[in-house]
Amino acid sequence: MMGGVKAEGLSKSYGTTMALKNATFDIPEGELFGFIGPDGAGKTTLFRILTTLILPDTGDATVAGYPIKEYREIRKIVGYMPGRFSLYSDLSVVENLTFFATIYGTTIEEQYDLIKDIYRQLEPFKKRRASALSGGMKQKLALCCALVHDPEVLVLDEPTTGVDPVSRKEFWDILYKLRERGMTIIVSTPYMDEANRCDRIALMQDGILFTIDTPEAIAERFDRELLAVYGDRLYDMLNAIREYPYTNSIYTFGDCLHFTDKRGSVHMKELQQYLHSKGFKDASLIIIKPAIEDTFMSLIENKD
Amino acid sequence: MGDENVIVVRDLTKKFGSFTAVDKVSFEVKKGEIFGFLGANGAGKTTTMRILTGLLHSTSGYAEVAGIDVNRNPEKVKRRIGYMSQRFSLYEDLTIRENITFYGGVYGLPRSVIRNKSDELIAKLGLEEKATSLIKSLPLGWKQKLAFSVAILHDPGIVFLDEPTSGVDPITRRQFWNMIYEAASNGVTVFITTHYLDEAEYCDRVSIMVAGRIGALNTPSGLKKEFHADSINDVFLKLARPDNI
Repeated sequence: MMGGVKAEGLSKSYGTTMALKNATFDIPEGELFGFIGPDGAGKTTLFRILTTLILPDTGDATVAGYPIKEYREIRKIVGYMPGRFSLYSDLSVVENLTFFATIYGTTIEEQYDLIKDIYRQLEPFKKRRASALSGGMKQKLALCCALVHDPEVLVLDEPTTGVDPVSRKEFWDILYKLRERGMTIIVSTPYMDEANRCDRIALMQDGILFTIDTPEAIAERFDRELLAVYGDRLYDMLNAIREYPYTNSIYTFGDCLHFTDKRGSVHMKELQQYLHSKGFKDASLIIIKPAIEDTFMSLIENKD
Repeated sequence: MGDENVIVVRDLTKKFGSFTAVDKVSFEVKKGEIFGFLGANGAGKTTTMRILTGLLHSTSGYAEVAGIDVNRNPEKVKRRIGYMSQRFSLYEDLTIRENITFYGGVYGLPRSVIRNKSDELIAKLGLEEKATSLIKSLPLGWKQKLAFSVAILHDPGIVFLDEPTSGVDPITRRQFWNMIYEAASNGVTVFITTHYLDEAEYCDRVSIMVAGRIGALNTPSGLKKEFHADSINDVFLKLARPDNI
């Protein structure tokens, strides 16, 4: 039986800190669902509840149809990759994998078809100790270990944090292949650009799930015109635009600045003239579509 | 940015047994420059940074930081630089004020100076009400901003930042970069590693390490031209081999 993950009003406090506040969501079977939010948003607390490692203070959840109090059942069908390095650093690649296979009563050979895409990349180093692997390789081995019992639900806590962009892309390619097999995949990330790689996402901050939708729909909720400003001396231009009376928000975004106007729509000529008067004669302005990061920042700001 | 080089690296090499982690690397960094040091995991970034900060001896080659030969005088280098490591840089069980006092003491600042600087720094970061709270009670973004301020408390000419913004929310990440710009405009040289490639665009120059060597070194716009790429992300993907170990 395959199944999704449902949560209803999950809350968890540590002392006076509310780590998770009233989390409610419904992830259908076979979905690749992302929890997007910075460190401290409550992602790990939520994942520990779903994997039956801790109990919520209030609320309930089901994983593949089992309520979380049936932890023995859930543990058999969930694959969990914790955020911090979860492997035995003194064991080799193959020893780690054999260990995890054995506790679940299976073998590498039996599950070879499932893990072969990742395992082939690890095989040249199979005798290397886990501690001597690079960040990207460690994450691939950890995923392999979480997968080796062919789980129905895969829970991955920040699998790409601290991993370089090339290895991150490879990691996501692996997740797409697993989704094709019908596996439900729940993943958390602080990288906003990875939101677009999920079927649906929840944006999280300070223990609150404040939006759940497809990445496209969330980006569309951005309620102002968004302007990209290009030019030399970007940082000076940022400070100049901060002084512009109609600035609602101004942020650096790679090689340009993203600007929104207090009046909702952008008065392009006026801003161009303003920049000209401040000595930025080469500035070029273009209306663009907002990305998840734009939306996330505007939602956090409006919340405060 | 001046013309004076504050970091000079020539044919720098580091071997671990038969493995060459850093392979004849050469580059310079100018005073007041924001120098982005990028590369895949395992490409040799951390090893290079550890040599430049006097924490590790190179196997061969030459490296000079703030006019000091790092292989000959690693202790002298440590006094002239600031360093913010990947995760740990503040003591979780000390308060904000105690951490500042501790680091000021380590760098030999007189007590009166430490007191003034602490007040100044706490006010600047808006942490007045939190000054006596333990570091572990602060959100990561605040910790990182404080860690950066502490790393430049003793007015070093150069500061090394190892992935300072990993996991930090997008607004705080930008506030952190404002602090970097401010330090650089005061003449501090900033040597920074990051996996956020939008941040590479904020650097004056960017180097990308590939398998122990400098695969590319240029201004962000120069890199994009050189590699016919729309973004630094594309440059990175073109350069870094997918079979990185």
